[in-house]
Amino acid sequence: MRRSFFPIIFVIAGLLAIWYAAVVPMNIKMALTAAERNGFVVTPVGAKERRDRSAMLLVVQNTFAIKETFALERPRLPAPHQVAAELWDSTINKKITSKRSLVFHGWITLSSTLLGFAIGTGLGILLAIGIVYNRAMDMSVMPWAIASQTIPILAIAPMIIVVFNSVGLQGIFPKAIISAYLSFFPVVVGMVKGLRSPDQMHLDLLKTYNASSTAGFWKLRLPSSMPYLFASLKIGIAASLVGAIVGELPTGAVRGLGARLLSGSYYGQTIQIWSALLGAALLAATLVALISLVQRLTLNRMGML
Amino acid sequence: MTLVIFAFVIWLVAWRVNVALANSAASETRLVKLVVPIIFGFTILVVWELVVRGLNVPLVILPPPSIIADTFSAKLPILWKDFVQTFVKGALSGYLIGCTAAIALAILVERFDFLRRGLLPVGNFLAALPIIGTAPILVMWFGFDWHSKAAVVVVMVFFPMLVNTVAGLSETTAMQRDLMKTYSADPWQAFIKLRLPAAMPFIFNGLKISTTLALIGAIVAEFFGSPTLGMGFRISASIGQLALDMVWAEIVVAAIAGSAFYGIVAIIEKGVTFWHPSQRG
Repeated sequence: MRRSFFPIIFVIAGLLAIWYAAVVPMNIKMALTAAERNGFVVTPVGAKERRDRSAMLLVVQNTFAIKETFALERPRLPAPHQVAAELWDSTINKKITSKRSLVFHGWITLSSTLLGFAIGTGLGILLAIGIVYNRAMDMSVMPWAIASQTIPILAIAPMIIVVFNSVGLQGIFPKAIISAYLSFFPVVVGMVKGLRSPDQMHLDLLKTYNASSTAGFWKLRLPSSMPYLFASLKIGIAASLVGAIVGELPTGAVRGLGARLLSGSYYGQTIQIWSALLGAALLAATLVALISLVQRLTLNRMGML
Repeated sequence: MTLVIFAFVIWLVAWRVNVALANSAASETRLVKLVVPIIFGFTILVVWELVVRGLNVPLVILPPPSIIADTFSAKLPILWKDFVQTFVKGALSGYLIGCTAAIALAILVERFDFLRRGLLPVGNFLAALPIIGTAPILVMWFGFDWHSKAAVVVVMVFFPMLVNTVAGLSETTAMQRDLMKTYSADPWQAFIKLRLPAAMPFIFNGLKISTTLALIGAIVAEFFGSPTLGMGFRISASIGQLALDMVWAEIVVAAIAGSAFYGIVAIIEKGVTFWHPSQRG
């Protein structure tokens, strides 16, 4: 980890530099229009004149406006520090019960993510156990579980929301169903692989101990499935979050990170979109990091690390 | 009610058949391995049909499969246009651009150990993020037509592809590289004959993951604005009209397109990485 510290910093700095460099040409036309309105001399004159010009050429001709491109109110591409400022403002400065607080919206999304993740993981583990211990179930269900991974399940999300709405269920639960659905299949596939991971030698050893099938499950199969389980939990929680966010789009929800994205795109509030996006990214990173931590603690305790 | 009871009976019978097949002596044969899941899938369709009809579930909640099939065949021209707009123009072009760019960058980066060590964790991190959220931004930049959908797909497939290719290119062992040296292979030859083939299983793993991501990206991006055709547009518009049979028909199209896309990549993989243990079994 320490060996990769400087390379990682370098790559992140590189990405930020590219971002900053892209801000200038992306925003130059808007910045020039604003500057012209404020009485600056811009070459060439008139927004119509500039519309078909290349952005790079405009930057070279109007170097004075470079500074302005970083400070527009509704830029095409906000600069990193603008997004960071908005993120800070909408998480720290606002009361968390306020509708303008990102923490508030994040919590709405997080709660349905976690509920869905718990449901999906629970059902997934149960089905995996069924598949491992029941041959008919294995042969009937497993091909479908694998095939379903190639299907863009997320496309069903809007329908689930609307159908549940029409039977009177609203709020956290329909979104949680989508999250559960998305985290379900990765967990099934990973857990089946994990429960089958003990090698024949170990299974034979348990047989010589005259161990029952339940003991075999608790003492051998379940412990040795843990690395696989955690790997699929990490995929599952990221998928759950995406599911919850997409679940907020179709009904025009007013609360949640997905709603922030949608309202930002309706009103051209680019900084709001970017901060919601970054908020979602931070949330995803935190969730995955938490699972990694639990994984390390668990595997360490089990002596598998 | 009789239909529901009938559905239950069919379920029991089919399950009995499957249990018998799975525990029979022939359970390892190819035919049985194919028949069992087909019986299971078919039973689900029949039970769905019978239960929905038996309980008079309204069409706006869950249409029976027969009506979905009717809609599918009746609206085939519309579905085909949506498919071309979303899959061929949006998903496929984005997939090609994104995967090519990622592989090219990976080949460039892989030569520098410093960059590789920095890029792998960052790329892994970015691959786990909800990148689909960039859809509203990209729709704003590239307009409502398929270009913005392709852009979303490019961003979505880029990082998984990059991480897999970089990991694959560093798969060779020191022994193999030494062998290349004893043959006095120049770096280019070593790359073409050793490192690229060794990376192929990883590259194809990335390509397969990306097929699903591409379709998801193209469909979800249409929820943020699209011309009046496309699978995502049709799904959200039909939901607005409560025409759930049309939504299901689009989902059938998405499922067929998704699995066919994955299947084609998997077949190409079989041809390219025929030497790999996972393909020989």
